[in-house]
Amino acid sequence: MSADLDDLYQEVILDHNRRPRNFHALADASHQAEGYNPLCGDRLTLYLRIDDGVIREVAFEGSGCAISKASASLMTDAVKGRSTADARALVDRFQRMVTTSPELEVEDLGKLSALAGVREFPVRVKCASLAWHTLKAAMERKISVSTE
Amino acid sequence: MIPEPAVLFDVQRVRADFPILGRAVHGKPLVYLDNAATTQKPQAVLDALTRYYTEINANVHRGVHELSERATEAFEAARQRVCRFLNASGPSEIVFTRNATESINLVAQSFLRPRLQDGDEVLVSAMEHHSNIVPWQLVGARLRVAPIDDRGELLLDEMERLIGPRTRLVAMTHMSNALGTVTPAAEVVRIAHRHGVPVLLDGSQAAYHMRVDVRALDCDFYAATGHKLYGPTGIGVLYGREAHLEAMPPFLGGGDMIRTVAFERSTWNALPYKFEAGTPDIAGAVGLHAAIDYLDAVGLDHAARHERALLAYGTQVLEDVPGLRIIGTAPDKSSILSFVMDGVHPHDIGTIVDREGIAIRTGHHCAQPVMERFGIPATARASLAMYNTIEELEALGRALARVREVFG
Repeated sequence: MSADLDDLYQEVILDHNRRPRNFHALADASHQAEGYNPLCGDRLTLYLRIDDGVIREVAFEGSGCAISKASASLMTDAVKGRSTADARALVDRFQRMVTTSPELEVEDLGKLSALAGVREFPVRVKCASLAWHTLKAAMERKISVSTE
Repeated sequence: MIPEPAVLFDVQRVRADFPILGRAVHGKPLVYLDNAATTQKPQAVLDALTRYYTEINANVHRGVHELSERATEAFEAARQRVCRFLNASGPSEIVFTRNATESINLVAQSFLRPRLQDGDEVLVSAMEHHSNIVPWQLVGARLRVAPIDDRGELLLDEMERLIGPRTRLVAMTHMSNALGTVTPAAEVVRIAHRHGVPVLLDGSQAAYHMRVDVRALDCDFYAATGHKLYGPTGIGVLYGREAHLEAMPPFLGGGDMIRTVAFERSTWNALPYKFEAGTPDIAGAVGLHAAIDYLDAVGLDHAARHERALLAYGTQVLEDVPGLRIIGTAPDKSSILSFVMDGVHPHDIGTIVDREGIAIRTGHHCAQPVMERFGIPATARASLAMYNTIEELEALGRALARVREVFG
């Protein structure tokens, strides 16, 4: 397999695709958003429980390619316990990482750096970004309490 | 020299006519298996386009000068050629459009809309491309959907039961782009006509895989596109029965489609010009003419026989991949291999095989209701054309084995 494919499908990504973390609904979520990529059909629902401006719980459900699923899974691990301001900043740092030209150095984002290989595959960047866009939307979307 | 019967179709000779097939992708020889999206173009088409622009280019139906006359001749010769190719009654039944989508929209806006009342229905099948769904919704028709079975075969009896007093049109694919199913189009027409309902056939996929005879099919409208017929992009065709086209109001307004224009009122040009507003894709029509000539020279029947052999072989190759399931296994099927793999999303399949130089399509193929029907978000799709080979299908098999290695 070619080197850039190895970069894309790293063991971390394959593992998070096979066994996504925090992959369930969240009954006591305070915030929620749907992410949908109409081009690919990737679809995810992101649940957050935010207390005092801190993301206490985060979970997701949905279906998508290995990149979108692993990205969502890694993201949930990365933002749990962060303040919403901090999480917002991380969204921007992540976006910068996956959209920077492959020849340039990028910030080391720890485990999230496993997704830097997506830069070699421009059409797959949106797969990696979907969860992060959805996170931004979810932090703005408080669940109304009037349902049922 | 008369060729031996054994070499009626020489795929290597055909391949040599398509310059793009000689290029490499990611350092590997290109294996182009995305033909249902668009086919590659033979040198004869490229030459026709160049010749048109270097020797003839002028506007049509306008000038008295030499080039305009030559351009008009070339454009009308292309119409004659399409007319013969589809076996229409005459060139006035052949309207040039941009693509099959525009052809269908033309029928929706000019044929259906004026006769549509609240609650009126269009009957489609469960395997339509979005372009044979959305145009009907745009004019306010209620869609009834003829079901398909688990193999992707149209359920004709169910279809007939769905035809009712409110059915204004049956709009059906002639061949599914997502499943490869070839529909029993003549039978569909016969049933619909028995109930007095006209029929549009979407021939986007069918027209380059099988001989289409609109009079034998007895359909009212037939939509086709040039770029899948080995012709250029930007040129499409609508066949319409003359009596229908005569009765229909224009689709778009502008130059060429009028007889007289005054600020009080304008009158329309004769068929088919009434439906061709503005400067058409003259070069596109000329290119399509060359593509049809080429297809006829190769022999559509020979090509179809080759494609049948490829489909059978490709089916075996895919069935040998562990955890792979083919979507669309109708007995009457052509040139499409849609599939899913356990534990691997189609996009990951697409990316990995692309690095082997193999172009396939992944996604919902503009047929979301089909995906819904089979309970899957997307498929990977290898689609065949006459220049594909057994070796290319073997390369696909090897690349899919690699996908299995990566994903376990």
